[in-house]
Amino acid sequence: MKYTEEHEWLRVDGDLVVVGITAHAAEQLGDVVFVELPEPETQAAQGDEVCVIESVKAASDILAPLDGEIVEVNEKLLKSPGLVNEDPLGTWFFKMKIDDMSVLDDFMDEDAYNEMIG
Amino acid sequence: MGDLKRLGLHDLHVELGGRMVPFAGYEMPVQYPMGVMKEHLHTRAAAGLFDVSHMGQVILTPKTDMAALVAGFEALMPVDVAGVAEGRQRYGLFTNEDGGILDDLMFANRGDHLFVVVNAACKEADIAHMQARLSQVATVTPVTDRALLALQGPQAETALARMVPGVAMMKFMDVGILDSDFGALWISRSGYTGEDGFEISVPDATAGNLARALLDMAEVAPIGLGARDSLRLEAGLCLYGHDIDTMTTPVEAGLTWAIQKARKPGGAREGGFPGAGRILAELAGGATRQRLGLRPEGRAPMREGTVIFDAPDGGNRIGVVTSGGFGPSAEAPVAMAYLPAGTSGTVWGEVRGKRHAATIAPMPFHPTSYKR
Repeated sequence: MKYTEEHEWLRVDGDLVVVGITAHAAEQLGDVVFVELPEPETQAAQGDEVCVIESVKAASDILAPLDGEIVEVNEKLLKSPGLVNEDPLGTWFFKMKIDDMSVLDDFMDEDAYNEMIG
Repeated sequence: MGDLKRLGLHDLHVELGGRMVPFAGYEMPVQYPMGVMKEHLHTRAAAGLFDVSHMGQVILTPKTDMAALVAGFEALMPVDVAGVAEGRQRYGLFTNEDGGILDDLMFANRGDHLFVVVNAACKEADIAHMQARLSQVATVTPVTDRALLALQGPQAETALARMVPGVAMMKFMDVGILDSDFGALWISRSGYTGEDGFEISVPDATAGNLARALLDMAEVAPIGLGARDSLRLEAGLCLYGHDIDTMTTPVEAGLTWAIQKARKPGGAREGGFPGAGRILAELAGGATRQRLGLRPEGRAPMREGTVIFDAPDGGNRIGVVTSGGFGPSAEAPVAMAYLPAGTSGTVWGEVRGKRHAATIAPMPFHPTSYKR
């Protein structure tokens, strides 16, 4: 698993990259009450705001970690946004198709991420 | 956290795992490990303990007689102070010459003096205001050696009565000074959650022991500012500086219930408070805008600052949300906004560039359960 500075986790699943948020991010956000997902088959550029997470406290965005096409979104989150808090590492938001998987090497591994969040 | 003041119970909040944030000049617990949602629901189901020691506690003692003090205090707000019996508390509003609200507060008649509780962010201004305006009739004494705790929820009475049996006899808005193992407690049956409950002024020296004794009870959990806000929002209660301020009048804010008959047009002591011209006119003829409840469709909250329109596209900007969020008990987003008087049906709030429908709804959003 790889991690971004925006507190997302990235997992490779065949030719797709699966994206979720870290336990640290979920804890900082607090109880999630609403998730807005992108439409499938959306082209996204790295840094695009593709999802919105509303917690009891505030709204925050999930940024596309890479350039690519969003091919699938986790519609379970629409009915059960609390899954993000219950199991952050097991709860994905969307899956992206990217051209070159080798760019994943540039992201942090678990040790580097844990060091970043201190 | 820089120049922030610390609560007397700061160490207890840290020990309980409270996440401390700046609020009204204090380091305050916004939540504990339970989290905002569960803290909110726990308060509605059992009992929640809140540390609200940041609020201003003030004693007004008469310089000559109580009648003069009461008349002087009445001259600061559109509220029937003289009609509050000994041992009773009432909600009040300091107004300015334009009819705007300087602060909202609670005051109690304790026989030979008044006890006043004001908002933390306004307390210095309120004290100066009272000292200036009541100098002939009252000595204004800030209480600086007592903490203020709130115990709220359907099991608050059961929990507190174990230590202070007398509270079981109290009704909503009763006040009393009750002896306990923690010294003399100044207790009112009131709160800011829509639930039954108590607000307890306790000497600093014994406040920690009282808080720990309450927290040791199975019913009681510590509750932070986050859930305090969602609880009061569901109860339809105003937050000063957000839903009411110097630019809003009591009539616009829907607080006409706080203006008793004696001070209204035709009443025994009509007017005679700052801003009476405008407020009496609005009482008679209505205000042009009013604070209304909103229930947004779907699950996306409309937070403070969300602009409200009268159409799904185009149309007119008709108001702004002053408080809004997700209501854990309502299981849906809820909000308050100032809108043209008489607005009903559906309006549209712009969230992240998209308009979402919301229905004008009565408040409170969750039924209150005061023990009257």
